[in-house]
Amino acid sequence: MAKLRQCAIYGKGGIGKSTTTQNLVAALAEAGKKVMIVGCDPKADSTRLILHSKAQTTVMHLAAEAGSVEDLELEDVLSVGFGGVKCVESGGPEPGVGCAGRGVITAINFLEEEGAYDDELDFVFYDVLGDVVCGGFAMPIRENKAQEIYIVCSGEMMAMYAANNIAKGIVKYANSGGVRLGGLICNSRNTDREDELIEALAKAMGTQMIHFVPRDNAVQHAEIRRMTVIEYDPKHKQADQYRQLAQKVLNNTMLVIPTPIEMEQLEDLLMEFGIMEAEDESIVGKTAADLAA
Amino acid sequence: MSTMTREETEALIAEVLEVYPDKAKKDRTKHLAANDVSVEQSKKCITSNRKSLPGVMTIRGCAYAGSKGVVWGPIKDMIHISHGPVGCGQYSRAGRRNYYVGTTGVDTFGTMNFTSDFQEKDIVFGGDKKLAKLIEEVEQLFPLHKGISVQSECPIGLIGDDIESVSKKATVAIEKPVIPVRCEGFRGVSQSLGHHIANDAIRDWVLDKRDGQTYESTPYDVAIIGDYNIGGDAWATRILLEEMGLRVVAQWSGDGTIAEMMNTPKVKLNLLHCYRSMNYISRHMEEKYGIPYMEYNFFGPTKIVESCRKIAAFFDDSVKEKTEAMIARYQVMMDAIIAKYKPRLQGKKVMLYVGGLRPRHVIGAYEDLGMEVIGTGYEFAHNDDYDRTIKEMGDATLLYDDVTGFELEEFVKRLKPDMVGSGIKEKYIFQKMGIPLRQMHSWDYSGPYHGYDGFAIFARDMDIALSNPTFKNLTPPWKKVAEEEVKKAA
Repeated sequence: MAKLRQCAIYGKGGIGKSTTTQNLVAALAEAGKKVMIVGCDPKADSTRLILHSKAQTTVMHLAAEAGSVEDLELEDVLSVGFGGVKCVESGGPEPGVGCAGRGVITAINFLEEEGAYDDELDFVFYDVLGDVVCGGFAMPIRENKAQEIYIVCSGEMMAMYAANNIAKGIVKYANSGGVRLGGLICNSRNTDREDELIEALAKAMGTQMIHFVPRDNAVQHAEIRRMTVIEYDPKHKQADQYRQLAQKVLNNTMLVIPTPIEMEQLEDLLMEFGIMEAEDESIVGKTAADLAA
Repeated sequence: MSTMTREETEALIAEVLEVYPDKAKKDRTKHLAANDVSVEQSKKCITSNRKSLPGVMTIRGCAYAGSKGVVWGPIKDMIHISHGPVGCGQYSRAGRRNYYVGTTGVDTFGTMNFTSDFQEKDIVFGGDKKLAKLIEEVEQLFPLHKGISVQSECPIGLIGDDIESVSKKATVAIEKPVIPVRCEGFRGVSQSLGHHIANDAIRDWVLDKRDGQTYESTPYDVAIIGDYNIGGDAWATRILLEEMGLRVVAQWSGDGTIAEMMNTPKVKLNLLHCYRSMNYISRHMEEKYGIPYMEYNFFGPTKIVESCRKIAAFFDDSVKEKTEAMIARYQVMMDAIIAKYKPRLQGKKVMLYVGGLRPRHVIGAYEDLGMEVIGTGYEFAHNDDYDRTIKEMGDATLLYDDVTGFELEEFVKRLKPDMVGSGIKEKYIFQKMGIPLRQMHSWDYSGPYHGYDGFAIFARDMDIALSNPTFKNLTPPWKKVAEEEVKKAA
C-alpha cells in the first residue's frame, strides 16, 4: 500500500473549495482510492455532496452534547458516503461567538488520537475555511498533518491576492516542517485569458497551475441534488475535468516551497493582463470636489 | 544614614548587572537606582511599570490577580466568578487573608471559589450560555448574596465572550448587580492594570447606583480606601478613626460590602491607604462628587500620629480634640512597646521588596523601632509611587523596581541586611542564606500591622524573627569565607 497522502485545500471564501474538493475526491474514489475528507469550517458544508446531506453532525457539536471530546467514539463522527469516502466535519460555533480555530485543533487532535488515519487510507483532504485567520486554521498544515497544499483560485484580483497570502502562510510552515505547495487549481470564472493569467501567477510563485477547471452549469445541477458531478452525471464532460484533476494530483511530483510575490509584482501582473489599470498617484486622497477644481 | 555612599551604591548596581547580556543590562539599569532625595520626580532616576524581561525571575502577577485577587475578592457579600478554566480561581482561592465577619457560604463568600470551569467546548462554542446558567444557579444556591462580579480569565478575551450582555440580562433577572470585569491576565505588564480595570468596573457598574437616593449622613463620614484587611488591618484602622469621632461608612474592600461602596459617594473624605490599587476610584470620586481624598499611613506611631493629625485637620475642633486625646492615650502604650523592643532591634538593617504601598509605608514603623531600611523596591509600582518613596528613604540607599531573583539575591549578599521583608517566594531562599525574612504581603500569617494595635504585633514579630536563635546556627556563605580566613590567620 502506498503511503497516506494528506492534502489541504485553501482559497478565498466562496471560490468553490468545497465543491472542487468533493468532486476531486469523488473522482479519486472512482479511481479506486480510499479517501477521507475532514471539513475544517464551522459552516460544516465540506461533505454534503458526498453524503447527500444538508450538513453532517460535527465533532464539536457531538462533543458539546456528550460533555467533552473524550466522550466520543470515532464511529460517532465518521460517516461514509459516495465511493466509500469517509467524511468528518470539525464543526464550530455560529458566527460571532467562541473560537472556531480551537474547534479545528480539537477535532483534528481527536481524529489522530482515535486512529482515524488508518492504514487503509490513500488520501486525507482537509477543506479549510477561506483565510488562515489564526493558528487554528493553520492546524492542518502543521507538522505531521497535510504535506501537500492546493490553492483554489480564479482570475479575479481578490482571489489571486488571497492565493498569494495563503502562500505566505505556507512558507512559514514549510520552513519549519515538511509542508509543500502542490499547485493552484483554477476554478474558472470565465474572465479574460484566465488560464494564462493563473499560469503566470503560478510561475511567479514558483509553482504550477495543476488544472484549469472550466465553468459549467453541470456543477450547479449536481449541487442542487447534493451530489458531485461524478456521481450525478458521470458521462458529462465536466466529470472528465475532475477526473483529469484527480489524475494530475495522483501523479503530482511538483511539491515546492512557494515564493509569494510582492504586492507590486501582483499589480504588475494584473495590469499586464488588463485586469487593473495603471495607478494614477495624482488622484490618491483627492475628493470629487478637489478633482473638479 | 545610609551605610553606602552614592558611588558605592552605583558601583554595586553596575557590578550586579555585569553578568547580563547588553540588551538586558541596558533595560535593567533603568530600573535600579541609588536614591537621590534631592529629586522631585522619580522618573529622573528610576523607570517603572514596564514589561519584565523574558528569562529573568519576576514575582509579578497578572491583571486577573489585580482585579479578582486584590480589589474585588475581599468584597465579602458578593460572589466573584472566575470566568474561564478552573485553575486561576482555584489556585488563588483564599490566598490573601482578607479577614471578614459573616457566615461563609450563607451571607459571605470570601474564601470560596466560583468558576465557570471552561472545557474545550466552552472555548469553541463560547462560554456565555454557561455563564448565564452559572449565575442562575448561584442565585438559587446562595440567595443571600448581594451581587456578582464576572472576573475574566485569559481565554475570555481571546474568544470574545460577550460577558457585558450576559451581565446586563442577569442584572435584570436576579435584580442584583452583575458586573463584568475585563481583567484578562495577558493585559498589561503586571497586576497593576488589573487594579485599574477593577476600579473602572466599580466606577461604571457600582458607584452611581444610589445617586439621588436619600441618605442620613453626618459631617464625619469617611471611607477607608485601599485597605484589604489582611490579618485584620482595616479593623485596627477603623478603631482609631472611630475614636477620632469619625464615622467609617465604607471599607474598600477588606471586610467590605457592595452596599458600602454604593454609599461611598456620600462621604466627606476618602482616606486612601493603598494608593497604587485605588487611586483611580479616589480621583474619580473627587472629580464627579467633589469628595477629596487624603493619603495616610497607619504603620508605626510616628506615621500614625502624623496621619491622624492630618485627617483631623480636615474636620472640626471636636475631631481634633478627640484625636489629640487618643494620641496621648496610646502614646503610653507605644512608649512601652518601644522601650521593650528598641534596645533589641536598634541599628538592625532591613531590605524590603513588596507590592503596592508597603515598600514605603512600613519604613516609618521600622524607624520607630530604631531599625533602618537600606533598600526597597516595588513589584508593580508606577513613577508616582517612587515619587512618594524618594523622601522616605535615606540618600544613596538602593531602589530596585521589578527586581529579578538574581539581582535581589546579589544585593542581599552584598548589603548583608539583618532582615529581609518580602514574600513567600523569597522567604526560604533568604532564610537558607541565614537571613531572617518576614513576609510583608501576608504578615507571615500574623497581623494586623495597621494602627496602634498593629504596631504592637509588628514590633513583636520583627523581634521574633531577628532574635530567633535558629539563625545563629546558620552561617551565610560570606560569613563562612570570613571564618575560614580567621582560622587561616590563627
